[in-house]
Amino acid sequence: MTDVIRTHRLTKHYGSQRVVDSLNLRIQRGQVYGFLGRNGAGKSTTIKMLMGMVQPDFGTAELLGEPVENLSPETRSRIAYIAEGHPLYNWMSIDEAVKFNRAFYPQWNDTLIEQILDHFELPRKRKLRRLSCGQRAQVSLALAVASEPELLILDDPTLGLDTVVRRDFLESLIQIIHREGRTILFSSHILGDVERVADRIGILVDGVLRVDCPTDHFRESVKKLVLTFAGPAPEDFSCPGLVQCWNRGTELELVLVGYDDTQRAAVEALGPRNIEVVDLNLEEAFIEYTRGKRRSLPLFAQEVRHAQGTSDQGAA
Amino acid sequence: MQFLCDTTSRVPIYRQLTEQVRAAVARGRIAPGERLPSVRQLSRELVVNPNTIARAYTELERDGVLITQPGRGVFIAELRSDLTKRARQRHLEEQLEQLIVEAVHLGFSAEEFLALTTKRMEQFAFTSPSKSEAST
Repeated sequence: MTDVIRTHRLTKHYGSQRVVDSLNLRIQRGQVYGFLGRNGAGKSTTIKMLMGMVQPDFGTAELLGEPVENLSPETRSRIAYIAEGHPLYNWMSIDEAVKFNRAFYPQWNDTLIEQILDHFELPRKRKLRRLSCGQRAQVSLALAVASEPELLILDDPTLGLDTVVRRDFLESLIQIIHREGRTILFSSHILGDVERVADRIGILVDGVLRVDCPTDHFRESVKKLVLTFAGPAPEDFSCPGLVQCWNRGTELELVLVGYDDTQRAAVEALGPRNIEVVDLNLEEAFIEYTRGKRRSLPLFAQEVRHAQGTSDQGAA
Repeated sequence: MQFLCDTTSRVPIYRQLTEQVRAAVARGRIAPGERLPSVRQLSRELVVNPNTIARAYTELERDGVLITQPGRGVFIAELRSDLTKRARQRHLEEQLEQLIVEAVHLGFSAEEFLALTTKRMEQFAFTSPSKSEAST
């Protein structure tokens, strides 16, 4: 069993709106998976279904090989979850929260939590409600990490944190990644952070998993092309893998997924005077990809796992 | 050597790292035999997934810039090339040509171009002529 998270056609409606649409998510042991999507794309709903807090309308989800609706306590103790906004029992002090949490986890690491609390210089006696946003995030990370989880699920953990606390938080994540066999699923809107820590990304668009591939593979596959014409540029253009198309007078700007010879030929057939191919960073690639005309959005997944290399384009 | 990681760059992180190592070697800031931080160390330092660092190191090792000595660490390799002198020269000429095209379009005279090139070359650690001959 190498899939730590596995969902099969997981689906959820809120009213008539399908917020998660037939999601097949598979995350392997040791992977650090960045779960991306715009607000309302279905990330939190998916995570809540994984944690058994929201009932799916259809489909199944398994964590560590067990169905989420009846996880054994033993399996549950191998999973840590940090919910959006770092909810904590506000009436407890930090010390009390540590005592409370450790009771649920047989493999609780006392040394580790001491180290983390010391590292962040957290006031142990202070009530959680009196902590800053950054301190709350640090406490919830410390609590999650001290349970020595095999699987760590974080819902937008760096939301609202200042730059320094965010960096500390990422450093802690890297420390966890260094421990063999740990699997992390985290959602985020900060693409620079995702690029630093995620091996693999998934992008939800309107509840559909449109992208599921290694992080570098996605950014290298999304290209912007600027075509310059002698006269006015064509009004419209279409080819497989086209995400965006803008007419800017004598220029035509295209965003393409999985730029290859077929697309090159289609572009050259327009007869431009010049073709400039522009690389994008992860944030730019994400923006161009997710704000496109949705009906035509090309699916983008790579079946062969762990493949690196830049030539194996997985766009469909 | 100092590594930098810029996530706003359009260059992927692993390639930023390989370029930095190659540049540091070329400028003589790091010499053959010197040790680089381990994958885990650099991952912690840069706050970057260890697999990304490993990918950079693997590529550098493939290109003969680094050698990994199991149990001892990662070291800068002696400069060497498996290609013949002719092949290397052809490669260099291609790169040079692009640069000259750029220089012409930017409106530089041949003298200015040469002077600028000579000046910049001072910052780099070129192989001495005798060694260059020996490696053909």
